[in-house]
Amino acid sequence: MRTISHEELYTAISNLVVQANFNLPDHVYQALSTMHSSEKKPLAKETLHILLQNATIAATKHIPLCQDCGSVIVFLQIGTGVTIDGNPEEIINTAVADTYRSHYLRPSIVKDPLFDRTNTGTNTPVFIHTDIVEGDSLAITVYIKGGGSENMSSLRMFTPTADIEQIIGYIVATVKQAGPNPCPPLFLGIGIGGTADVAMLNAKKAVLQKEPHPNEEYRRLEEVILQRCNTTGVGPLGFGGNNTVATVRIKEAPTHIATLPVALNLNCHSLRYRSTIL
Amino acid sequence: MKTIDLHTPIPEHDLQQLKAGDFITISGTIYTARDKAHKKIAELVAQQKPLPIDFTNAVIYYAGPSPAPPGMPIGAIGPTTSYRMDAYTEAMLSLGVRMFIGKGSRSSEVKKLLVNYNAVYCSSFGGAAAYLNQCVVDAQIVAFEEFGPEAMYKLTVEKFPVIVINDMYGGDLYA
Repeated sequence: MRTISHEELYTAISNLVVQANFNLPDHVYQALSTMHSSEKKPLAKETLHILLQNATIAATKHIPLCQDCGSVIVFLQIGTGVTIDGNPEEIINTAVADTYRSHYLRPSIVKDPLFDRTNTGTNTPVFIHTDIVEGDSLAITVYIKGGGSENMSSLRMFTPTADIEQIIGYIVATVKQAGPNPCPPLFLGIGIGGTADVAMLNAKKAVLQKEPHPNEEYRRLEEVILQRCNTTGVGPLGFGGNNTVATVRIKEAPTHIATLPVALNLNCHSLRYRSTIL
Repeated sequence: MKTIDLHTPIPEHDLQQLKAGDFITISGTIYTARDKAHKKIAELVAQQKPLPIDFTNAVIYYAGPSPAPPGMPIGAIGPTTSYRMDAYTEAMLSLGVRMFIGKGSRSSEVKKLLVNYNAVYCSSFGGAAAYLNQCVVDAQIVAFEEFGPEAMYKLTVEKFPVIVINDMYGGDLYA
């Protein structure tokens, strides 16, 4: 059994938090850059130009990419052959709290959703999701999700006999209705199947998949949804144009004979995440 | 792109010439206020208590910046989503606010109010918070420090870029 020390986990989380908040992942920058090259509408093009400059300024001047430094979502894939020296939840929360303070990242978490909306001041608690996997390593992803785009999330429980066109229609309508609010161009994560909660979690995981779906039918569906979303005319930050959605990623799961959940995670243009393996 | 450069306090004729879709820059003083500050201001008005600033001809920016790192007046400072402030917009207009800056669409009610009060709603660049930091010359907390990032800041800005979404004639860029 391999042991990961308290310090190793703490340092890994801290580094991922910093990278995610200040350095846009290369493939995200590339996606914005490609859209900038293809965009015809002057205001949309200028907007994409500003977003590219934003990424450069954030990295070089160490200013957060967005003032909304998000909810911190952590995905852990814990190998069956590995143990962590200490309580991982405690270590992760401490690392996030310390790093948010020392890097002047905005704390945005309130204690209670209804009766005590006092800022915890630490951007904790972190929302942690754990999978147990084969092997003796620990895979960690830190995902920073802003509130404006999170507010545009959606879940619909379709009947199992619903046809794909209905599902596509719902997705495109949701993107169109959200309009400028979630800060397009969007990275769209779609969770299909499972239970309501599993679909929603898969929508979160899906958006972090760099590559299109390995299965051809799902890959084609991703492409169709992308094309349809980009005919809505919403455009970058809702200022019009052909670039409303940058990528569409689907993560499916087996489901009950009576159900067909479809969950949508609309991520803003600032897709902030970083991963590492210990 | 062609831009219109405005200075605060924005003269009446400058406000009147603004049309949905215009790219403008603002130099001068703007004030941040988001969810909690709006709620608090509405309470102060209801209780007839003194207000933290004079809202006459003010420009309100819906924003909650990240903390200022050493050597900078402020941290990242992009706009937050505006519709959450829709319920408080009439109160702010009646106090004399003439321009709001945020991001995203407003309710049909707010659009009517903007016409009634001859006011303008603009969007800044959502998620371009490091870029917008470069336009802020000075930042001072003027109220509600206890709200942390939701405190009200007086910002001195230089060529702060925004797009006119709703002009005072009912024009709507998002329509």
